[in-house]
Amino acid sequence: MKMTPRIWFATLAMIIVVSLATAQDMPRFRWENFTTANGLPDNHVFCVVVDGNRIWAGTENGLGLYENGTWKVFRPSDGLAHRAVLSLAVDKRTGDLWVGTMGGLSRISAGRIDNFTQLNSGLSNDIVYGVGVQGDFVWVATAAGASRLNTRTGQWALFNERNTPMYEIWTYAVSPAEDKVYYAVWGGGVLEYDVKTEHWKDYNDPDGETELVLMKDQGLIHEITTSVSYVNKILWVATYFGASRYDGRYWHNFLQKDSGLPSNFLNQIKAVDSNRAWFSTDKGLAYYDGSNWAVYRPALDTHKPEMLVRDAEGTVKKIVVQTAPAHNYILGVDFQGDDLWVATAKGLSHGLRQHSSTKDDSTEAAQAVRARKLTQKR
Amino acid sequence: MQLATTCRGKAKVTVSIASALALTFVLMLLAPTAKPASPRSEAGINERYLSPIEMALSPDGHLLYVVCQASDELRVVELASGKIVSTVSVGHVPRGIVLSPDGRHIYVTNAWSDTVSLIDATTLRVVRTLPTGFEPTGIVCDRSGVTLYIANRLSSDISVIDVNTGQEIKRLLAGRGASYLALSADGKWIYGTHIYPNAGAFRTQPNSEITVIDTARQAVVERKRLNNVAGVFHVALSVDGKLGVAAQLRPKNLIPLAHVEHGWAFGDSLSLFGDDVGGTVQVPIDELDRYYALPWGVAITPDKSKMFVTTAGSESVTVIDVRKLLDFAHTRRQPLTSNLANDLSASANYVTARIPVGRNPRGALLSPDGTRLYVANRLDDNISVIDTSSVKVISTIDLGGPKTVNALRRGEQLFFTADYAFQGQFGCANCHLDATIDGLQWDLEPDGFGKDIVDNRSLENLAGTEPFKWNGSNPDMPTECGPRTEKFFYRSQSYNPQELTDLVTFVYSLPYRPNRYRLANGELTPAQERGKAIFERTKYKNGHPIPEKNQCAYCHSGPKYTNQQQVDVGTGKSTDRSPVIDVPQLPNVAYSAPYLHDGSARSLEEIWTVFNPKDTHGVSNDLTKDELNDLIEYLKTL
Repeated sequence: MKMTPRIWFATLAMIIVVSLATAQDMPRFRWENFTTANGLPDNHVFCVVVDGNRIWAGTENGLGLYENGTWKVFRPSDGLAHRAVLSLAVDKRTGDLWVGTMGGLSRISAGRIDNFTQLNSGLSNDIVYGVGVQGDFVWVATAAGASRLNTRTGQWALFNERNTPMYEIWTYAVSPAEDKVYYAVWGGGVLEYDVKTEHWKDYNDPDGETELVLMKDQGLIHEITTSVSYVNKILWVATYFGASRYDGRYWHNFLQKDSGLPSNFLNQIKAVDSNRAWFSTDKGLAYYDGSNWAVYRPALDTHKPEMLVRDAEGTVKKIVVQTAPAHNYILGVDFQGDDLWVATAKGLSHGLRQHSSTKDDSTEAAQAVRARKLTQKR
Repeated sequence: MQLATTCRGKAKVTVSIASALALTFVLMLLAPTAKPASPRSEAGINERYLSPIEMALSPDGHLLYVVCQASDELRVVELASGKIVSTVSVGHVPRGIVLSPDGRHIYVTNAWSDTVSLIDATTLRVVRTLPTGFEPTGIVCDRSGVTLYIANRLSSDISVIDVNTGQEIKRLLAGRGASYLALSADGKWIYGTHIYPNAGAFRTQPNSEITVIDTARQAVVERKRLNNVAGVFHVALSVDGKLGVAAQLRPKNLIPLAHVEHGWAFGDSLSLFGDDVGGTVQVPIDELDRYYALPWGVAITPDKSKMFVTTAGSESVTVIDVRKLLDFAHTRRQPLTSNLANDLSASANYVTARIPVGRNPRGALLSPDGTRLYVANRLDDNISVIDTSSVKVISTIDLGGPKTVNALRRGEQLFFTADYAFQGQFGCANCHLDATIDGLQWDLEPDGFGKDIVDNRSLENLAGTEPFKWNGSNPDMPTECGPRTEKFFYRSQSYNPQELTDLVTFVYSLPYRPNRYRLANGELTPAQERGKAIFERTKYKNGHPIPEKNQCAYCHSGPKYTNQQQVDVGTGKSTDRSPVIDVPQLPNVAYSAPYLHDGSARSLEEIWTVFNPKDTHGVSNDLTKDELNDLIEYLKTL
């Protein structure tokens, strides 16, 4: 078919409209950042979890609870197992918070703190990188394998090289669900536990322990896994060398060079549903909606707030924004409705979702100023 | 051998029986390792007592439902006639009861069956039995009638059960020994109490909590900390929801028990909470020279004028003027809040009467109009009916239990009374709550402050575990319960020979509680099997033989897992006069934390991870964490 001028212009217009629509549709946020200046226990924030209107932030020097506009801090003097908080999980049924630290696992239940360590309980190791709750079980990722606590009986089960295909025992993150439990094993790929059959299965990089990607989309992108997120029977995996998505049959790998990922170095991945996920990288926070990407960060060069949108065609647009997360180095994210809470290397960031497309940057800027004033006032 | 007794008051025994029992006692003293004859084999001993413990009223107030702990029954009393109109068999050792809001269903917890019986209130038949946590005790039903909340004593949690589906929706974390629950009048809150203290650091004041549940969220939203409190029993709320009260024990376990003479073994007290007091205030019910041991059941009249407290060890009900109590609490709480519960002169300001009732009074239930108080006299198998205006017992409802009181029952009565102790301070059951433990470590003997600290040991199935005490110095139970008790505990009258024999008979009759870690088919799980192999191993992992005396199964041998010897396994402390420790029995060891003779190991793990650095208490340092976990899983099955 010969492309007439009319068709050519129509196509171009469509591309422009789609492109603009992509930029408009990607979620936009006004960022409010918290640091020690306004009550955060420490600026090195390792993890964050949302429990309704309560925000828990695990930092290098204590656990912070943000509620009703103020921070409350928990440290060992308050009963916490250790001041360095590496992971968090809320038991949605009971409201209990499980806290993975560098000195054991703490449970905070309506203000009471109980600690589980390798000395006083069946926990395999006190370095607790990851924790997750599924039903009556608490799944723990430690520096010496996986542990599972049955909260009804108090019984522990340990999973390591003796009884699973775990050839490295440095478990880094866990994502439990009703049917499967996934572990990110740092240097050992991904382990899958089938709840029904109680069998373990491992997923590894078909390229071996190399940083080469010889067989893209044929398996896990790399063995050094840092995070797993299992939602709607889709597994998402973060590694230090890219990300992977697995639907039970097909793998898809995401690399900086051929996706909107700002970096292949990922600390966390958190899925929204089967197609959408958030990626915490060392060069910003990334969002993938199934075809388009967005990145939120202070610009790497100017450090000014930046939002980049990359469409399915690979076209990248820079959106003018007035605010950004506290730092490029992102360690974790959790959702509060449409809002985001983001753990960074220099503070905790609250991304307030901006829904109105008519809201211009000046409005955002004004809101940001107001937010800053409010924060300073607090 | 027939034992003749009166049904009220102290048991009276014929001379010939007394002589026979005295002879038995003498023989036991002469042969210290001899065990008393099996109580069940004695003539007249097979009586099936009822042991009423909790009650509920039908919505119309005509029927009184009585939970009978020893006979595994619910007995239904028609109050107008005082007659038993029905008896419903439930599970083993029932402990709690509640009615659905419409009165159509009765729910009874069965502590040793780990179930709740759902009874049709019309047909009085058990229509369903639902599983719960370990040792379900207190129970409430929410206002909708859909959700049951059950306090599980051994698993220290609260089951949330959907009545319609019969499914346990979730399990809420409670304090240790979760036992009693109360629903606020508006149905929004549930308050839970615990008979054991929460785990704490070694040799620190015990503390417990009142667990507060938001029924809308079905979640624990607050834990009211109770400082220097161990056993907490019933909790009750005023109709307006502004006043809550829990009955409790304040033990003085950190100082030598020689201080009994100075009045400091236990403080019997109440925790008050709610808007009427603001925060939590503890107030005593004892007097300067008389104690009212083991406050257990509590009830507040609908008009909030009076509060009634059953004192299970003192065979009485304490009556409190609520207005005076609140006035006093408000006047004295600052700056003396922390000391108020220890001021034994305080009770004169608000305690207005002590009503004598039957033996071991437990549950206290008010009629809806507040004119009658029903008290379950557990060891008399009857119910005292008290007129709340005159504060007098106006009648006693006989529940139809055996008319004779045998040795076992007499022993049980002795075990639970505080009548023998100096100023009535405490009885066996103060430390052995419901004949178990108290989770505390005591400084028992007048050997100096902080010397020879001992953890409270289980009383389950003790025959064949002699000698007693952690240093093994008491060769038999008569010595343990007799001179030792007189000398170190009561500092008052002791038991006569017949009483001592009765008491020993009762103590020896205490069975094992059901073990929840064994599979129903009797087999071991793979982890438990591996743990068994470790327990029974005779070689190190490197193949070298483990010295016989350092093998687990050497000392912990025989049917009770004790060789009844005393050994030094390196767990002695500098405060112990001797490091030689009696080898404890192991059955149901999972239930008796903390561990070691002084309770310094907070968990089974710590016995080896903290207190066995030189492999002197068995060989554990060549074990991996997996293997230690396996060993512990096996120990829990014993």
